[in-house]
Amino acid sequence: MSRVRVLVGTRKGAFVLTADGKRDRWDVSGPHFPGWEIYHVNASPADPDRLYASQSSGWFGQVLQRSDDGGVTWQPVGNEFAYDGVPDTHQWYDGTQHPWEFARVWHLEPSLTDPDTVYAGVEDAALFRSQDGGKTWRELSGLRTHTTGPSWQPGAGGLCLHTIVLDPTRPERIVVAISAAGAFRSDDGGTTWQPINRGLRSQGIPDPDAQVGHCVHRLAMHPSRPDVLFMQKHWDVMRTDDSGDSWREVSGDLPTDFGFAIDVHAHEPETIYVVPIKSDSEHFPPDGKLRVYRSRTGGNDWEALTSGLPQQDCYVNVLRDAMAVDDLDSCGIYFGTTGGQVYASADAGDTWAPIVRDLPAVLSVEVQTLP
Amino acid sequence: MIRVVLPTHLRRLAQVDGEVQLQVEAPITQASVLDALEASYPALRGTIRDHGTLRRRPFVRFFACEEDLSHEPADAPLPEDVVTGREPFVVVGAMAGG
Repeated sequence: MSRVRVLVGTRKGAFVLTADGKRDRWDVSGPHFPGWEIYHVNASPADPDRLYASQSSGWFGQVLQRSDDGGVTWQPVGNEFAYDGVPDTHQWYDGTQHPWEFARVWHLEPSLTDPDTVYAGVEDAALFRSQDGGKTWRELSGLRTHTTGPSWQPGAGGLCLHTIVLDPTRPERIVVAISAAGAFRSDDGGTTWQPINRGLRSQGIPDPDAQVGHCVHRLAMHPSRPDVLFMQKHWDVMRTDDSGDSWREVSGDLPTDFGFAIDVHAHEPETIYVVPIKSDSEHFPPDGKLRVYRSRTGGNDWEALTSGLPQQDCYVNVLRDAMAVDDLDSCGIYFGTTGGQVYASADAGDTWAPIVRDLPAVLSVEVQTLP
Repeated sequence: MIRVVLPTHLRRLAQVDGEVQLQVEAPITQASVLDALEASYPALRGTIRDHGTLRRRPFVRFFACEEDLSHEPADAPLPEDVVTGREPFVVVGAMAGG
């Protein structure tokens, strides 16, 4: 029977949750790296035993960990993220120009085909790549040095590159998202980039439909249709059918279209999930009810999924990297909260149950489906 | 031998228990001790001082002989009691945060 392994990054360590295909009895391993912020743990699609973890702290900076045995043991690898050349400047909170400064790795995206190749999205926003299993990192600086770079400015969480989408059919295509600059696409393996924000409208910036400056929170793609991307923006749920050349809003009948996480069903490319959050000033679910919303029509028409989720007095948040799906026949959906719960649904969202209730605040959730 | 006390997080990262003992070539300074420490425990590179500039990270402090040496020049000689191993060179994560 297949198994699933859930990789959870939290404010105070990493946890590995495992179950068989029924997904009703769970083993919890951790905390790994106790006391450290674990922004992301992710696995190589090419080698399920190869994991990477971003470990950081305000005291001791960035550490990158690698496991070659599915998270049982770990070893630190390279943690030097040096910007290519003399870093330029970007816009700071007060409107002045501020030098690019490395703070942390937000997101790790292993190559679809090579376990030793992994991309890292960092704050201040840049994309790095390692081709030796994380030992050394080199910036793909065409992104940061894009002509719009000096106008990028940090969102409240920092100027972070938080989403990396690799195209399974076109290895040279990479899509990334940066808060608060927007989405960008490379069609040449990361050498050159173009903003792909046409159709986005953001009321919080001087020009609502500017080329860059949009606070994109998360992108999601189904591997069978890489030209279709779904986006949870600061406000608005969006989709594109042409790889980001144009976007349209699909928020439809959501109770609020603010949120962070978005993901796609493993077998139904038009079935997508979001967790509506009340507003940018109130980062918790509306009415104290934790509801996942599912659209089976690629957006616009949404249904609330509530069975097994708290429907009163719930004021947690679900962060951008904290939702994932498994590949089992009955697709499993998972998300973690800032209250330390990790919820799982083994029936595509119809019913939910907590795997764990009392972890530190969850920053990220990834899922592996294992033979 | 130079004795170095690391905070818990860095002991775990370096996979050591208790104090670290280092053979350090003279002159014995913050820089030479940290160079030797990072050579013996490469996982600590970048965690105490920045990779490129080798500047102390803001929330890291260096104590020895009941003195805060954090703001001393990196190439200043360390106290004799550290050089002789009577006292440890202590790397501290500043008290802050939750």
